[in-house]
Amino acid sequence: MEKIQIIAIAASVLFLCYIGWLIYKAKLREEYAIIWILCTIVLVIFSFWRKGLDVVSQLMGIYSPPNLVFTGAIFAILIYLLHLSITVSRLQEQNKTLAQDIALLKEKLKDKT
Amino acid sequence: MSQKVAVIVPAFNEEKAIERVVSQINACSDADFFLQPIVVNDCSTDSTAAIIEKLNCVAINLPVNLGIGGAVQTGFKYALDNDFDFAIQVDGDGQHPPTEIIKLLNAQRQSNADVVIGSRFIDGKGFQSSAARRAGINYFNALNKILTGVTINDSTSGFRLINKKTLAIVYEYYPDDYPEPEAIVLYAKNKLKIIETSVQMLERQGGESSIGFFASIYYMWKVTLGIIFTFIRVKKN
Repeated sequence: MEKIQIIAIAASVLFLCYIGWLIYKAKLREEYAIIWILCTIVLVIFSFWRKGLDVVSQLMGIYSPPNLVFTGAIFAILIYLLHLSITVSRLQEQNKTLAQDIALLKEKLKDKT
Repeated sequence: MSQKVAVIVPAFNEEKAIERVVSQINACSDADFFLQPIVVNDCSTDSTAAIIEKLNCVAINLPVNLGIGGAVQTGFKYALDNDFDFAIQVDGDGQHPPTEIIKLLNAQRQSNADVVIGSRFIDGKGFQSSAARRAGINYFNALNKILTGVTINDSTSGFRLINKKTLAIVYEYYPDDYPEPEAIVLYAKNKLKIIETSVQMLERQGGESSIGFFASIYYMWKVTLGIIFTFIRVKKN
């Protein structure tokens, strides 16, 4: 095993542990953790299986294996950003409804006191 | 029996103009219509909240800033929950003289329309806005005309009256920022009867415009998207 491989494995496993700890402490909801766990598992697999990157690149017809890493990573990031935008939009909508309801309820309470 | 009219005044930092607007609205009630001013304070940072508590109006204070659409929708929700017959939006900065409200009400009575839009361009009297603003307004007029076939001369006018049937629709969905042009598409797609009537407007008396130059370019895009997607979405329902 080469030095870089050990570093990669250690980093991936540490990252996976950190995700697990965040979920355990209820700081990260499971639905947002899924993609992180999947990404980390992929990292761990490729850290152990060094030939893997070349094999997959060849299968997909990519000449230079690092390009697969960049393409894959950018794609995953874009998808995740979109997911976050959807989440923010939903939260904004819920926030608006909550604010309106609070304002209307406070107004109603004023009549009673 | 007089009909209940909710006059919704969205207010963001309008401490200078709001008192006059509210007292003018109160002065407009007559035997046919009871006008209830409903000031929706959109989390102002000045003394608007303290001022409106002392005025003869329903004061609704939003805990966070929602923007004009969210504030007006809060008023619509109040109006429907409290069984008002009509709702009229009047801006808190004094651009819409409350004395013109009666024109909207009369136009509604004559036409029995669901939506009455107060237009400053039919007679061309009163404050006519800047040339750049008018270009933007003409653009939205054209977009509305193409999509819905409804001819509106002042599609950005916030000075409008809606009836109970329309209130039930905007209770569920109302656009966020700069909602007026998009709302017209929403109304037209719901097959509501929309008419326009001539009113005079004034220049704002206090506060700042919600739209600067760069913001206006952003809003053109945003509202165009909003209009197109409202058009598609409501068609499917």
